[in-house]
Amino acid sequence: MSKLAARGIVHKYGNNVDTDVIIPARYLNTSDPKELASHCMEDIDKEFVNKVKRGDIIVGKDNFGCGSSREHAPIAIKESGISCVIACTFARIFYRNAINIGLPILECSQAANEIKAGDEVDINFDSGRITDITTGRVYTAEPFPDFIKDIIDKGGLLNSIKK
Amino acid sequence: MGMTMSQKILAKHAGLSEVSEGQLIKAKLDMVLANDITGPVAINEFNKAGFCGIFDKSRISLVMDHFVPNKDIKAAAQCKQCREFAGKYDIVNFYDAGEMGIEHALLPEKGLIAPGELCIGADSHTCTYGALGAFSTGVGSTDMAAGMASGEAWFKVPAAIRFNLYGKLRKYVSGKDVILHIIGKIGVDGALYKSMEFGGDGLSALSVDDRLCMANMAIEAGAKNGIFEVDNITLKYVNERVKRGYECFTADDDAIYCETYDIDLSEIKQTVAFPHLPENTRTEEDFGDIKIDQAVIGSCTNGRISDMIAAAEVFKGKHVAKGVRCIVIPATQKVYLECVRMGLAEIFINAGCVFSTPTCGPCLGGHMGILAAGERAISTTNRNFVGRMGHPESEVYLASPTVAAASAAAGKIMGYNG
Repeated sequence: MSKLAARGIVHKYGNNVDTDVIIPARYLNTSDPKELASHCMEDIDKEFVNKVKRGDIIVGKDNFGCGSSREHAPIAIKESGISCVIACTFARIFYRNAINIGLPILECSQAANEIKAGDEVDINFDSGRITDITTGRVYTAEPFPDFIKDIIDKGGLLNSIKK
Repeated sequence: MGMTMSQKILAKHAGLSEVSEGQLIKAKLDMVLANDITGPVAINEFNKAGFCGIFDKSRISLVMDHFVPNKDIKAAAQCKQCREFAGKYDIVNFYDAGEMGIEHALLPEKGLIAPGELCIGADSHTCTYGALGAFSTGVGSTDMAAGMASGEAWFKVPAAIRFNLYGKLRKYVSGKDVILHIIGKIGVDGALYKSMEFGGDGLSALSVDDRLCMANMAIEAGAKNGIFEVDNITLKYVNERVKRGYECFTADDDAIYCETYDIDLSEIKQTVAFPHLPENTRTEEDFGDIKIDQAVIGSCTNGRISDMIAAAEVFKGKHVAKGVRCIVIPATQKVYLECVRMGLAEIFINAGCVFSTPTCGPCLGGHMGILAAGERAISTTNRNFVGRMGHPESEVYLASPTVAAASAAAGKIMGYNG
């Protein structure tokens, strides 16, 4: 999550987007990111893999990423080219996994509720500022606590614990 | 300031006298777990990071349970990778086909979890072990890799919701009905980031199997962990299995809970969660006329011996309805053997059930019972999300072993009253 900004087109989903629809278990017989990405969001949005472009942004609502602990879910999203996931709330294992693998995520209810599919959105991770370029509205997400910023700054959890 | 049970266990493992909600801590781990799906991702990360040793070969568990016995070539390769890693680092608790069980039934049964211990597992249902008064939570594979290398993990100290249980369950009502009732009440994110702490006089009427089932589904309410007060029932179970010392923690009298629910167990009815969320619960009188194609009895939620006994009671002298497949999966080799010894295996087979070796298989739509488009299953598992057991246009209804067996015999979703 070393990058400071993201900009892309929004793919919008609702409440309780679970890890089974992000990456169905029938594809968990591999840990290859490219193969996982080729089935990303398959059971909720069959067209996602065809329309997603590098830099795009996913916006969900409450409890995004609920269900299984499979890290394959944020890996599939990240490998698809998604630059950030914005939601009102994230399920806690998904939240940890995203930080640990370097998929930027932001909690911001107002942005998650108001931003629409197809909007172009710009994000500044340092300030937490989310700008909906299509509507001109600006939102501010909760910044990460320092403890988590430190993990991010060191390039992920494993780098942060290496002596 | 008073601490909850979970907070006390976290404080102890962080070497602190006190912690409070929201505090970020590093804590020492007693057990680190992964399976044949999450293990390979963790091993890849472990190797990529260049770690050359593990923190403790007796405090890591690798259980081959999800796609085992290997369902295809890729699944076989994933198990092979785990097997080789376990061999290289001499990991004591590596469980392969023939010895394995579904991880969350196996670890408590083997005495690998004790009250007051701190466990992380790369599987969301790791929260099961809270039934024994441990702090136990699901994480991802990178956390697992870091845990294997360092024996530590970071935690944000959770707030807690208290559930005071009182009264006695009615006959044919089980822990599964209680937890479905609670999830129906608070919703799938009702305990998001929080602990669910269960206590009260009602515990005396809940078996360890009931508690394991309830703690197992804490994650389905979004909880970080579910945890039960330790009582004589817990201690009897633990002392028959655990040979090492352990410490029991109780919440302070002035512990702070963000919410408290009083649950009268005697009022809980047989409950089914309708598609596609565990919170969509209905009780017996509202089941309606839902025909089913398949029933699954097993999993980390309900694959223990008391679950098998409950299902067998329903099937005695009955047969699975025409047009319905019923798949019974004891969760561990020990439960499987007990089913054989007690004559339950015979009851299941005579009733026309599949009786399988342990596997997570159908629960997550892996293998051993996948649904076609338009098919419906009643299942004692824990999730009924879109596509969970197969085709995205199939449906899963969550229920207790008693209700699942009764439904399999009737061909439609049914309560059971003897």
